[in-house]
Amino acid sequence: MGQKRLMRGNEAIAEAAIRAGCLYYFGYPITPQTEIAHYMARKLPERGGVFLQAESEVAAINMVYGAGSTGTRVMTSSSSPGISLKQEGLSYLAGAQVPAVVVNIMRAGPGLGGIQPSQSDYFQACKGGGHGDYRQIVLAPASVQELYELTVEAFNLADRYRIVVMILGDGILGQMMEVVEFRDEELIEHYDKPWAVTGHGNVREQNVITSIHLNPAVLENMNRNLQEKYELIKKKECRYELFRHDDADLFIVAYGTVARIAKSVIEMARREGIKAGLIRPVTLWPFPTEAFEKVMDRAKAFLTVEMSSGQMLEDVLLAVNGRRKVYFHGRMGGMVPAREDILKVIRDMHEKHVKNYKAAVTAGS
Amino acid sequence: MAVVFQKPKALKDTLMHYCPGCTHGIAHRLVAEVIDELEIEGKTVGIASVGCSYNSYDYFSCDMIQAPHGRAPAVATGVKRCRPDCVVFTYQGDGDLAAIGTAEIVHAAARGENITVIFINNTVYGMTSGQMAPTTLLNQYTTTTPYGRISDLHGFPINVCELLATLKGAAYIERASLHDIKHIKKAKEAVKKAFKVQLAKKGFSMVELLSSCPTNWGLSPAESLRRIEQEMIPQYPLGVFKGEDLEV
Repeated sequence: MGQKRLMRGNEAIAEAAIRAGCLYYFGYPITPQTEIAHYMARKLPERGGVFLQAESEVAAINMVYGAGSTGTRVMTSSSSPGISLKQEGLSYLAGAQVPAVVVNIMRAGPGLGGIQPSQSDYFQACKGGGHGDYRQIVLAPASVQELYELTVEAFNLADRYRIVVMILGDGILGQMMEVVEFRDEELIEHYDKPWAVTGHGNVREQNVITSIHLNPAVLENMNRNLQEKYELIKKKECRYELFRHDDADLFIVAYGTVARIAKSVIEMARREGIKAGLIRPVTLWPFPTEAFEKVMDRAKAFLTVEMSSGQMLEDVLLAVNGRRKVYFHGRMGGMVPAREDILKVIRDMHEKHVKNYKAAVTAGS
Repeated sequence: MAVVFQKPKALKDTLMHYCPGCTHGIAHRLVAEVIDELEIEGKTVGIASVGCSYNSYDYFSCDMIQAPHGRAPAVATGVKRCRPDCVVFTYQGDGDLAAIGTAEIVHAAARGENITVIFINNTVYGMTSGQMAPTTLLNQYTTTTPYGRISDLHGFPINVCELLATLKGAAYIERASLHDIKHIKKAKEAVKKAFKVQLAKKGFSMVELLSSCPTNWGLSPAESLRRIEQEMIPQYPLGVFKGEDLEV
């Protein structure tokens, strides 16, 4: 690793994108992610790229669609209400298999909501916010360093699979400043893009980027191809972090900012003799169910903590599949879960699933 | 025997799905002839929109992108900004361009985006079966104005050329008509000039082509062409609205 800089999360995303070879950015201002646009507006012209402030989020994502169709690395960024506006475009990008990176620095909703941090766009990001049977890879960084590293990786994944990759952060991650250590040289993967629309130059057949197929048999076949691609991604690209898991019997499941709070709670719990650990999904789609299998033998119960009413919770329930009890603690509206509140739930779980379980086993034997 | 008339190279040798008497075929041909004459097919990227011409990529031979409804100018912007050496055109109908895509067309023009827009105005949504368009004439019957377009209820037709001509970024704006040979020839000159404006990097160019829709107008092809002349041109006068003196 090389140069170290103190950076705001949003700026680290922008710098990472440029380092990954993305010289084209189309966006529209919205708090709390606008620093990405500011950074791009300053830096891209210096590097021979284009920053364009679009007339709307709708236009911005369609500019991304056009730019990505030429095989160029491109990104846009926004926050929750703006991401809602981009959903039509994201569905087209998915259908036409145009690679792009989209950043959502989430704020609380619904509606105009507020500008404080939230994780309430999990469903929209992971379950297909637009129409049709499609997926996008969703990456959930938990530090400014990881915002940098995962943004670079997002461009590689987008090109590798001809898919949209979404960086799903929250207002805290976007606004916080931390030290980032940059690599001397980025790990940029280069892919041939024979499908790109750049003018056929009278040397090849016409290329067409489209998502419309009025023949249902053709459209079903196209959908099958998409699903095959998604299955491959599920198999190969699940990422997660296990923390203090070796001896843990209670597991918190959390991503992004909340995972950082959870780590702190786990240390507090351990000082009280409670063996807590953490599963931190790094890819939210594909959801890393494998992490749960790794700890299932030892786990007595799980606690999902989110800045939402319980959205990732549904994927945790599917992964656990009734084998253990799953608890939930969430805050909404831009409120951040407090360590003490999470610890209280952990203590109750310990009481019910560890202490009483031991007592029951002792009494039974 | 000498060949005196043939399909332009920029059009594929295939059947079109357009209704008998529809002028889309003529508009396609004009664009293709211009692409041939300027010898730009190899570097041209066309943007198809949503409407009857959604699959114009099946007819044009150049590289194409199919855009969401109304968003063709934004998609074209993305292409052009990444590939300034490509010739980029959009092909959009009146519902696409003047209703759902109003913001995209106005801002592409305002930015002086160096693209060419072919705008088909037939005063009706064709593909979805004849609903009112922003360009539907007053008193015109459509499936969503069964008692005629009444200004109190439905507002007034939008004159897109006049609207966009007020923008500094618009370099060349012309309205032409496809209702007879003389006007078709003029329309071709307009299309050619629009592409030349782009090649000369002068900024945004658009040609509005007054077109027919016999199916949804409930008229014969011949009656439809007469309607363009007698009813549409009074509302949509022909001519150059911007860039008359532009040398390219």
